[in-house]
Amino acid sequence: MLAEETGAAVHAAGWFLENAWLIPLIPAVAFFLIIGFGKRLPRGGSEIGIASMLASLVIAAGTAYQWIQRVDAPVAEVGHEVAPVIKSWNWFDIGNLHVSIGSHIDGLAVTLLLLVAFISTLVQIYSTEYVRGDRRYTHFFASITLFSAGMLTMVLAPNMVQFILGWEIMGLCSFLLIGHWWEEEANSEAALKAFWTVRVGDMGLLVGTAVLLGIFGTLEISEINEKAANFAGDNKGLLMFAAVALFIACIGKSGQFPLHTWLPDAMAGPTPVSSLLHSSTMVVAGVFLVARLYPVFHVGLDINIAGQHFNLIAVIGGITILIAAGLAFVQDDIKKVLAYSTVSQLGYMMLGLGVGAWTGAVFHIFTHAFFKCALFLCAGSIAHTGSHHSFDMKTDMGGLRKKMPVTFGVWMVSTAALCGVPFFSGFFSKDEIIDSAKYNDYKLFYFVAIIGAAMTAAYMTRATYLTFFGKARGGAAHFVHGDNHGHDDDHHAAAHHSAPLSFAKSDSSWQITIPLIILGLLAVVSGYLNAPALGIHWFEHMTESSIGSGTAMSVPPPPEFTWAAAAPGLLLVALGFIVSLALTKAVFGEKKNALQGLTQRNALLGAGHKFLVNKYYLDALYEKVIVRSIAHPISRAVYWTNQNILDGIVNAVGKGGKRSGEFVYKYLDQGLVDGAVNGSGAAASGAGTALQPVQSGKVNLYGALLFGAAAVGALVLVLVNS
Amino acid sequence: MLASDIQVAQNIGFGIIATIMVLGAVNVVRSSNVVHAALSLIAVMAGAAAQYLLLAAEFVAVTQVLVYIGAVMVLFLFGVMLTRAKLGKDVDLNNKGGALIGVPVALLLLGVMSYVLIKGFEDTKLDPNLPQTSTAALSDTIFSVYALPFWALSFVLLAAVIGAIVLARKD
Amino acid sequence: MLINQFLILGAVLFCIGVYGVIVRKNAVLVLMSIELILNSVNINLLAFDRLWGGQVDGNVFALYIIAVAAAEVGVGLAMVLLIFRNRKTIALDDLSEMKG
Repeated sequence: MLAEETGAAVHAAGWFLENAWLIPLIPAVAFFLIIGFGKRLPRGGSEIGIASMLASLVIAAGTAYQWIQRVDAPVAEVGHEVAPVIKSWNWFDIGNLHVSIGSHIDGLAVTLLLLVAFISTLVQIYSTEYVRGDRRYTHFFASITLFSAGMLTMVLAPNMVQFILGWEIMGLCSFLLIGHWWEEEANSEAALKAFWTVRVGDMGLLVGTAVLLGIFGTLEISEINEKAANFAGDNKGLLMFAAVALFIACIGKSGQFPLHTWLPDAMAGPTPVSSLLHSSTMVVAGVFLVARLYPVFHVGLDINIAGQHFNLIAVIGGITILIAAGLAFVQDDIKKVLAYSTVSQLGYMMLGLGVGAWTGAVFHIFTHAFFKCALFLCAGSIAHTGSHHSFDMKTDMGGLRKKMPVTFGVWMVSTAALCGVPFFSGFFSKDEIIDSAKYNDYKLFYFVAIIGAAMTAAYMTRATYLTFFGKARGGAAHFVHGDNHGHDDDHHAAAHHSAPLSFAKSDSSWQITIPLIILGLLAVVSGYLNAPALGIHWFEHMTESSIGSGTAMSVPPPPEFTWAAAAPGLLLVALGFIVSLALTKAVFGEKKNALQGLTQRNALLGAGHKFLVNKYYLDALYEKVIVRSIAHPISRAVYWTNQNILDGIVNAVGKGGKRSGEFVYKYLDQGLVDGAVNGSGAAASGAGTALQPVQSGKVNLYGALLFGAAAVGALVLVLVNS
Repeated sequence: MLASDIQVAQNIGFGIIATIMVLGAVNVVRSSNVVHAALSLIAVMAGAAAQYLLLAAEFVAVTQVLVYIGAVMVLFLFGVMLTRAKLGKDVDLNNKGGALIGVPVALLLLGVMSYVLIKGFEDTKLDPNLPQTSTAALSDTIFSVYALPFWALSFVLLAAVIGAIVLARKD
Repeated sequence: MLINQFLILGAVLFCIGVYGVIVRKNAVLVLMSIELILNSVNINLLAFDRLWGGQVDGNVFALYIIAVAAAEVGVGLAMVLLIFRNRKTIALDDLSEMKG
């Protein structure tokens, strides 16, 4: 049934490029194997998961290698433009619409494929130790493997239907994984919140896809991009509508303002899930959608048109940067700091796409994945080994740098990358976004971006200080002293381990540290694939064919890097670091001083703190204001109607009836009344008897009614038509 | 008009068979003897098969004989036997007053359908020169264009077989 | 031959079948009446197939109807048998548990 529709472009491509569809297929098959046989295997199915991810990684690496060869090949072989390698089979037909399934390989897809396969592999290795002994160990690996398969399916989608397929598989798996420990109500609520919040956005994806189908008559991504880039119709409003609808989906999936509230709650899942969710999958999906269909957004929202200083994507991205960075300051949970940091960095990616810095944004996806994954895994390592399964920085951490040197080292490197310290990976990608905002005439967002960068440095300084410096507290203190008491009070531990905890005397075991070291290393070096500061534009060269260009679309080239242009941002970062260090030391340090407890004493600061702790009251806004303002007045109105109007009518009727009854009884002849009563009783009884056979339960009568009604209906039709 | 166009023989044949069918059908619904009703139904089925032959549908006619007269009627007779219906006259076969509803509904339907058919087709003739329906073409169509309904039908039959066994099993 | 010969024959059989379904009390006889209805439809299908000659679609449908009818009679009679076994009667007016 699968008719092969190999495009002409495939002939020159290599084996890996043509068979990239294996990359999601292997984990998808592995999922069924784990579900089916996992429990009977010695390692509970994790070996299948890891093997499948490794296989995907090998194929993805081969694909990347052959893509690089393809881009570097002489012009004569591949033509002037580096065409994507599209391979598809007919999946099903609806009328004239052919829906295919297959793979669409270009620079963007290759980047994400490699990234997802790589990070999934490391996270799975890490998980073998982290969730060891969990009662749903096998299910965990099954879900996480399917999760990766969903992301990979989406990344290589040649058309919107496959894209939605992968997108929804991820949505489902994120629900399963966030609610992995669903016995605790908070966890299952977080899973539900994540699922429903993202679903709100998903409606946009369906609507947007349908509108695209309406405009262009195709679901193939390459065709949509080409037609959108050369858009010359008069129904441009429709294209804008599609772009906005699709962007709503991105807002939901990528945790952009105002639908970012699910992301920090999603920390309820096991830490490896958080790290996977926040680095290369799930949240990146929204950014990926914008990058994938960039011509639709670029043309639809008029990005980079002369004189445009605002557009939807940049505005949402900018707001998200600031709002999430602000929230990261007041979190006590180390994972929540990282979660808000992710939201903020996703804001950077969106901002980059909004101001026309496509390469910068995609490159930021790439670098961010490594250092954010590393940070989350560090947090997991600390909780697993160092702080008694607690993620609370204030009560259970502190002073861990000496006891966990590997974790500390990786954390520091990754933090430096996140803050954009020069020559770490985050610097190169973030700086390009910031520069582009400045040069592409989005000045306001330039300031937003550098302030955001300073805030990033500040909140990460606070988190680092609380975790690794100062005096050991709570769980970390137990750890430092090799103390082993008080496990039973932590009911969470029971969910992690069936056996009592045994505290390691040093850093975590190799399954945890090796992925950490690899990721830490990449957090440093991955930036050198595209370092404008050093004149390296390799990544840009490899992916630029995915941007799309046409008569209606012209993406400005990335600006030339100059240290002078980067200086204000760097200065602000340094300032953020210094101020934050000083404040954190003062507030949380050992020396007593006036700053401690300031938020309790100063009303204004206290109010600000409370405002942040309550997440700008956004959750409250959704639940209390929006839900109540819609649901409560309705119910109140119904209640009022019920109490006053209906009851009034009933009472009045009752009273009236009573009075008239009395009147009748008193003044009218009883015989007359009796007669009327008997008459009406007889009438009702007669009518009931007459109608009762209709509800007789007799099959024949039902048949008679059916055919009789059909006959009458036919007669009516004949009479009407003649 | 040529004599072959009028098709005297076929028309006479049609008239006789149609009369038998209608009388048989009336007997099916009016007879007070269940076995007589079943035998009348056989007459109607056989008449239908003959009509199919007049309509040049040999294969369907043969199938009609095999399936209906061969299998379905045997089933009916089994049903009559197993449910211990009286083999002779039985006055308790009809609903009381059923004819009061049945006759108007049936006549109304017949009136509407006849009116529509006569008005719609008037004296449209069947082309007597058309070739017989080829059984080869029939099988080609079943296994190409209508393959999917064929599969579905196979499942329906399978389900019916299993269902009938489950329902009728004694335990 | 006129097409209406066959179509009206079909209509007559159909109406007799409908009359049977309404009037008959015995479940086996009701099933027989349904067979009459199905046969009348088959006659129509084959007549139309002949009218718009050259195709065999009508034949195919008629065959499918015969097959479905066979299945229906099989299941139907099995149900009648079951009802008879449980209640010692197959008079439909006794089976009115569905009464509203």
